[in-house]
Amino acid sequence: MARIELNNLAHQYAPGGEYALQPMQHVWEDGGAYALLGPSGCGKTTLLNIISGLLTPSQGQVLFGDQDVTRLPPEQRNIGQVFQFPVIYDTMSVFDNLAFPLRNRRLSEDYVSRRVTQIAGMLGLDEVLKRRAKNLTADAKQKISLGRGLVREDVAAVLFDEPLTVIDPHLKWQLRRKLREVHEQLNLTLVYVTHDQTEALTFADKVVVMLAGQVLQVGTPQALFERPEHTFVGYFIGSPGMNFMDCQVEGSEAIVAGERIAVDPAMAAAASESGGQLQLGIRPGLIRPAAADEAGLTIQVDQVEDLGDYELITGHLGEHKIHVRLEESEKIGSDGLKVVFPTEHSLLYADDRLVGGGA
Amino acid sequence: MDKREYQWAWLMVLPVVLIVAFSAIMPLMTVVNYSVQDIFGPGSRFFVGTEWFKEVLRDPALHGALIRQIIFSAAVLVIQIPLGIALALCMPKKGPWVSVALVLLALPLLVPWNVVGTIWQVFARPDVGLAGVAINSLGFDYNYTGDPIDAWFTVLVMDVWHWTSLVILLCYAGLQAIPDAFYQAARIDGASRWAVFRYIELPKLKGVLLIAILLRFIFSFRIYAEPFVLTGGGPGNSTTFLSQSLTTMAVGQFDLGPAAAFSLIYFLIILLFSYVFYLTILNMDREG
Repeated sequence: MARIELNNLAHQYAPGGEYALQPMQHVWEDGGAYALLGPSGCGKTTLLNIISGLLTPSQGQVLFGDQDVTRLPPEQRNIGQVFQFPVIYDTMSVFDNLAFPLRNRRLSEDYVSRRVTQIAGMLGLDEVLKRRAKNLTADAKQKISLGRGLVREDVAAVLFDEPLTVIDPHLKWQLRRKLREVHEQLNLTLVYVTHDQTEALTFADKVVVMLAGQVLQVGTPQALFERPEHTFVGYFIGSPGMNFMDCQVEGSEAIVAGERIAVDPAMAAAASESGGQLQLGIRPGLIRPAAADEAGLTIQVDQVEDLGDYELITGHLGEHKIHVRLEESEKIGSDGLKVVFPTEHSLLYADDRLVGGGA
Repeated sequence: MDKREYQWAWLMVLPVVLIVAFSAIMPLMTVVNYSVQDIFGPGSRFFVGTEWFKEVLRDPALHGALIRQIIFSAAVLVIQIPLGIALALCMPKKGPWVSVALVLLALPLLVPWNVVGTIWQVFARPDVGLAGVAINSLGFDYNYTGDPIDAWFTVLVMDVWHWTSLVILLCYAGLQAIPDAFYQAARIDGASRWAVFRYIELPKLKGVLLIAILLRFIFSFRIYAEPFVLTGGGPGNSTTFLSQSLTTMAVGQFDLGPAAAFSLIYFLIILLFSYVFYLTILNMDREG
């Protein structure tokens, strides 16, 4: 086990071509559970394959602890990887599948048997050890793939490339919990690639959000939700995503469609200095209805959806489309919905980046 | 699905059933008809029961042809299947060379079968043929028209040249269908090249190998044109296989009754062998 450091790492598939991965600096701490979140084609799998050694980066270094492994092939790297579709050796029993990585490294049969039994017990595969792997269900097969990663005691990390894609929805939850359990028992570094925010947020201690080969933000699920450092993070995480509206800043107020909204004075000052294209961002759930005697903004309501435990209001402020999550809908008057944007949740973005953020 | 839909299904397959009836079943019934009668001419025929079958089964010439046929088909499978797999593994996986390799491989398959025989007849001639002269100049006394072993060697090499491409193409398609993740997982698991072949490629090729083995068995078991053109079944009858014996009997001697009986037995042998192959391979992963 070791911490994994990516040092000025970048990758181009063709020399001089487009960056599949923009130059980045990143550390995966030992024993952390990370999720790598981003839309399809953002470079998640490229990054994963560079860490596991299936791909050699065109620039930069990969360090496992103090060792530079950038040019080492995967078999010399002590890494486990679970792929999107279960990879099992069809002709082997479950036991032989799990034993395969150990036998390839010529460990004693005695040790192999002990270790395989232990890992199988942890994953709940002990019942089927003697059965042929081919005839099992998709989730059992994916557990075998996982088991082959875990069975080696010297693995630095186990990487997951959208491992739940082919699993039935009701089993996804079970398997994800199994992963958490395994993580706690073995204290391994896990890196989990997904484009599903629920998966990422429930699995990981820290989420790395990527877009177009670039790491936009690394943070806890809470930080990603409350202070997205990039408009894409705000938009991508949360359902529906964050509201963004073009604005100007005057003093400590943002002006959106002629309305004045109070923001944090320091942030407003920094925003004026930045000189970029400014936007005001706020989560739909953090907008609150104005009290009867309170000054507020009036949103023209276009649509109200009842989603069970809350109601989703789609409306507009000037020409800006806006979503609001409300507990109840009675406050919608004939002239629209009167709301307040709380100062602490009204964030300013200059050229898509959080003003004063990222520090 | 209710009964009504099933009835519609029957109606839908009716055209196919009719075509197969005319193209296969009716000619086959004619053969059955011949096999139980002695025919002297139009209007002059006698029912002879199983007499032709008994005669054919006791014919030592046919026993010889059957044994040669089995040895030939076995040799074809033993050589062409491993060779085809090995060459498919050597093929480029992507890039411009893929199409070049595919075209080269397809060439022998496009040559008409009797032309294959003619090509090799000339190619292997010890006096003017490139291969024949080359082998002789290496110090081997090679003459496929005089020596049974040389004749067998030539027929086998010709068949390998003609048909291994088919096995290669099938295996290549099978290999291309294996997702990259399997190879990547094997690398991470530290598998050797042999282990990758043994535990990933070979199991994934099982389906196409079943087809390759069946096709090569059936084609080789009824081989006719190439050895007929190349050696004419000789020297002696050392390269006379079943189909050539049958042709001699039916078209050469006009023994239509025994030839019909022989055809049916021949057909049943191929059917039986194919069925056994099929079941064996299908059952290979039933247990466990």
